[in-house]
Amino acid sequence: MNKILLIIGREIKAKLYNRTFIIMTLLAPLLITGFMAFLITISQSEKKDQRVLVIDESKLFKGTLAGNDYISLSFSDEPLDAAVSTFSDREFTCVLWIAPNIVEGGAGASTLFYRKSPGYAFQTYIKSQMEKIIYEYNLNANHIDPNVIHNSKMRVQLMMEKVNEKGGTEEQSNFGLFGFITGALMFMFILLYGMMVFRSVMEEKTNRIVEVIVSSVKPFQLMLGKIIGVAVLGVIQFLMMGLITLVLTTLLSTLFLKEVKTQLRAFEAQQEMVKKHGTNINLQSLEKFDDKLKVFEVLQKIEKIDFAEVFICFVLYFIGGYLFYSSIMAAIGSAVDSESDSQQFITPVMIPLMLGYFISTKTILDPDSGLVFWGSMIPFTSPIVMMSRITSGVPLWEIVLSLSLLFAAFVLTTWLAGKIYRTGILMYGKKTSWKEIGKWLFYK
Amino acid sequence: MSSILQVKGVTKRYSNHLALNNVSIDVAGRSVFGLLGPNGAGKTSLIRIINQITGPDRGEVLFMGEKLQEKHIGRIGYLPEERGLYKKMTVAEQVLYLARLKGLSRVEAKKRMAIWFEKFEMQGWMKKKVEELSKGMQQKVQFIVTVIHEPDLLILDEPFSGFDPINAQMIRNEILELRNKGATVIFSTHNMGSVEEMCDHIALLNKSEKILDGPVKQIRKTYRSNTYRISFRGSAMGFTHALWTGAELIEKHQEEDVYTFTLKLMNNFKPNHLLEVVLPTSEILSFNEIIPSMNDIFIMKVNEENGVLGTKSNYTE
Repeated sequence: MNKILLIIGREIKAKLYNRTFIIMTLLAPLLITGFMAFLITISQSEKKDQRVLVIDESKLFKGTLAGNDYISLSFSDEPLDAAVSTFSDREFTCVLWIAPNIVEGGAGASTLFYRKSPGYAFQTYIKSQMEKIIYEYNLNANHIDPNVIHNSKMRVQLMMEKVNEKGGTEEQSNFGLFGFITGALMFMFILLYGMMVFRSVMEEKTNRIVEVIVSSVKPFQLMLGKIIGVAVLGVIQFLMMGLITLVLTTLLSTLFLKEVKTQLRAFEAQQEMVKKHGTNINLQSLEKFDDKLKVFEVLQKIEKIDFAEVFICFVLYFIGGYLFYSSIMAAIGSAVDSESDSQQFITPVMIPLMLGYFISTKTILDPDSGLVFWGSMIPFTSPIVMMSRITSGVPLWEIVLSLSLLFAAFVLTTWLAGKIYRTGILMYGKKTSWKEIGKWLFYK
Repeated sequence: MSSILQVKGVTKRYSNHLALNNVSIDVAGRSVFGLLGPNGAGKTSLIRIINQITGPDRGEVLFMGEKLQEKHIGRIGYLPEERGLYKKMTVAEQVLYLARLKGLSRVEAKKRMAIWFEKFEMQGWMKKKVEELSKGMQQKVQFIVTVIHEPDLLILDEPFSGFDPINAQMIRNEILELRNKGATVIFSTHNMGSVEEMCDHIALLNKSEKILDGPVKQIRKTYRSNTYRISFRGSAMGFTHALWTGAELIEKHQEEDVYTFTLKLMNNFKPNHLLEVVLPTSEILSFNEIIPSMNDIFIMKVNEENGVLGTKSNYTE
């Protein structure tokens, strides 16, 4: 036991002070949050002050087309040519020209002239305002009250409630994308650390240090020490990455998402009102959330995720899946002499892992299908597939059964791997085949 | 002297070949034991069994009279033929790690490391990574790692392969010194010179079987072939005449008026008879018996076993 601890210690030390390890640990969370920040910034429009000179030849928009906190409009009747040539000297940022026949439609009925590109958000704002005005104008022209139309339109939000065996309902986050991401993370982690074990085993073999070591410890102890060492390392790295990501995302959300969250709360309060009073309230005020609905949906789903459950399952499945695959990887590492020989052995191991990944994409569409169920039971794919299902509500017995199968399978693979390993590490200069490895299982 | 290690009828089979067939050896304590044999004879297989890296299919191994078991690991030191070190670890870390795997405490390992490093004048290397060391330096580290836990039994597989002559000499001296301090050394080698110089006892393996076993001096005596070399100055006429009666000429060499003959004497023809024949006509410069070298015996025995005729060869390493 003491010797296994020594091996674990060495394994951790050797990797922990490795530059790539440190860089990976720091860089990955930075990349993740950086990417998220990037997504948020591009989704949040840039608010640059716009002073717009409007030349409205249709005479439809004066008084109806309005600016907002960063867009100011000035209407003018001057000729378009003059306006275009002088607008920037008069401190306007752009000229909006509207054709007399805009109501009849047609391409080129309005044009925006600018020196510096005014940005997508600005364009969308102007466009949607104009569309709304034309829409209401057309309704009025046909003697239809726009409020009637407005109040008849409803957005439907489908709330998901899963009925459990006892007949009660529970709110499920049912956030397929999140499940998919955790599944993909699991795939990545298992592969990453499995390969780490593989390399470490192969390194000892090609270094020829292994024979010295196995004269002091049993090969099985060495293999186990190595696997556990890398696992501890993985958990350390995982926790560090998680912590850094948590700090960074908290920072990020207080910086960027605060506004959205207050809006979400307001939106939820209004939803409550709608539930109570039906549609008899002023729906105009609800409407202003329309463009935020997607964001709200995501936020609500995230808020419904049981992070503790996800975290615990992730750690358990990572340990099980990692041990299962890394023992196979250790056996392969012991059987080959060089990385170039290893491909023929690694590929068959990758296939079930990849399969798990593909099944987890199916989970998004159909989390209760038979394929997904069996995928989350069979140890080759269960760590990935179960993680992808976890947010759609998995009965406890399924998790317990799947974990038990996984751990039983890991005991079996480790035992077999041990047999291959102790012969493999001492075989030099011989091209190994699957058949050969099969024979090693039966050596005394 | 009582034996420290007894291998009794060990058989080891890998799927497609028999590595050891009913091999028994008996290694006396405080001795140097040579394990000889051509490549693929089963030496490394036997050594791995003694080191408990693999187990025998049949037969048993006794260490100090007890059946070999895990607790004996710390009393055996092993320098494999395929030896290496962790390239990225520092020398000190590496030595401490391997010493602790052999059961030394951290403090004890540090103390002994300091002694050995001083002895080999390596104090300056402690913080260096192994990949920065020359091959000779690495070999010294490997040797220290093998002996740092002061094993009762030291097993060296081809210890001189890859060592430069200076390091090889140093290792040779260390081996003998360890033996004098009470350790037993088993080493496998192709270097027959070192066998004659160092080994008290040998076993010769060929094709998975032991074909020869015994004290080196005794073996060489057994393989004496009544061959003598005589050098003299004078006429060779009377001498050649004598050959008709009781000696067979194996080799003849002449340099100016000095003749050197290698002769195999027939059964009744004693060395004295030879001298009697030569004395009247020549001045004898030297006369000695040729005892076969371990090299010759090795080649002869192996060829004999393998059914090859013509035992003369210039096998050297």
